[in-house]
Amino acid sequence: MPSLIDIRRRIRSVKNTQQITKAMKMVAAAKLRRAQDRVINARPYSKMLFATLAEVVSAAKSHEEAAQNPLLEVREEKRIALIVLTSDRGLAGAFNSNVLKTAMQFMLDRPGCEFVIEAVGRKARDFFTRREMRLSGEHVGIIEKARYADAARIAAPIVERYAQGEVDAVYIIGNEFKSVISQKLTTVKLLPVQVPEEAETASFIFEQPLAELLAGLLPRYVGTILNQAMLESAASEHAARMTAMEAASTNALEVIEKLTLNMNRVRQASITREIIEVVSGAEAQ
Amino acid sequence: MATFRLEIATPERPILDEQVSDAQIPASNGYLGLLPQHAPLIADLSAGLLSYTTGGKSESLFITDGWVEVLNDRVRVLADAVENPTEIDVIRAQKALDRALERLRIDVSDIDKARAVKAQKRAEARLAAAKNRT
Repeated sequence: MPSLIDIRRRIRSVKNTQQITKAMKMVAAAKLRRAQDRVINARPYSKMLFATLAEVVSAAKSHEEAAQNPLLEVREEKRIALIVLTSDRGLAGAFNSNVLKTAMQFMLDRPGCEFVIEAVGRKARDFFTRREMRLSGEHVGIIEKARYADAARIAAPIVERYAQGEVDAVYIIGNEFKSVISQKLTTVKLLPVQVPEEAETASFIFEQPLAELLAGLLPRYVGTILNQAMLESAASEHAARMTAMEAASTNALEVIEKLTLNMNRVRQASITREIIEVVSGAEAQ
Repeated sequence: MATFRLEIATPERPILDEQVSDAQIPASNGYLGLLPQHAPLIADLSAGLLSYTTGGKSESLFITDGWVEVLNDRVRVLADAVENPTEIDVIRAQKALDRALERLRIDVSDIDKARAVKAQKRAEARLAAAKNRT
């Protein structure tokens, strides 16, 4: 049986751990609120852009040359670029491992395809570097404060490679922020551009030639989707960390309760033993 | 008085959603004057001053590149950045202009050139907007 001092020491150490997990939970909660605001604020722009794009594309369908944009071209998927969104830090429960598992499964499901990976977040970079996979780019330390300009910078070379025919499709794997307790893993096809269906049809006046408008809108669309995905991933990360730290704090409390019970039992046992000693000593006289 | 809905958003946040009675929008090939009942239209934006009238008061905002879409008395402006003319950083704009001109002077590739020309236009529009503020 461990001595009283040992148990006391364990309790103290668990309490320290609990304090850390509690603090981390609070930090995650504060960051989550900010990340959530950013996701919500970015939504109107995306929505409006998609609606405009849908209208331009549906108008372009009747124009041969306008529909020739390389970003709309569908090819057989042989070489695929994967943008994997993880966090820079750990201690967020299964957040990162779920993303990475999904990415691996995605690749296993497509035998015979070549993959290039664009790693966003330290965890993705480390994971794929360790497995010696081909990385076309790594972006560490940006997800926390990601702005549209960051997303555009990541998207630009990918768009270029797609237009050149170096890759046949581009997917994003990341988390979608549903609510604080639920994040959904999503795999989104980024390129070729998935044209939104529900377009309001009207005979628009186009100030610029359609092809020109499309050439400006499509890369913008790609950047916007990536931006949205990055914001969602950041919010999901904080939500996941909050949940994980909450669970850790609860577990620590349980351990402390168990240890305290144990400690009292040991103390009681030693008191009882001492009393018996005193009593039997008195009787012997 | 007839009005229409003017929505402005940037990738970071929505800026404006109001009923206005008219609007002037800097499209890439000249200013667009919009009134209620305008025909459906889609145009490229360039950097410049966007002004509109709401409740008899005239307001203006500095916007940079993006798109404008007019449909059913609803105008959507998607801009890269929106600034209040009083918030324009003149020094920064001047520096950006110098940088762009410098880049144009030392001959570079077409892509960089196009970017530099855009940057130059943006900076000039910013400076012009800043000059006109009262």
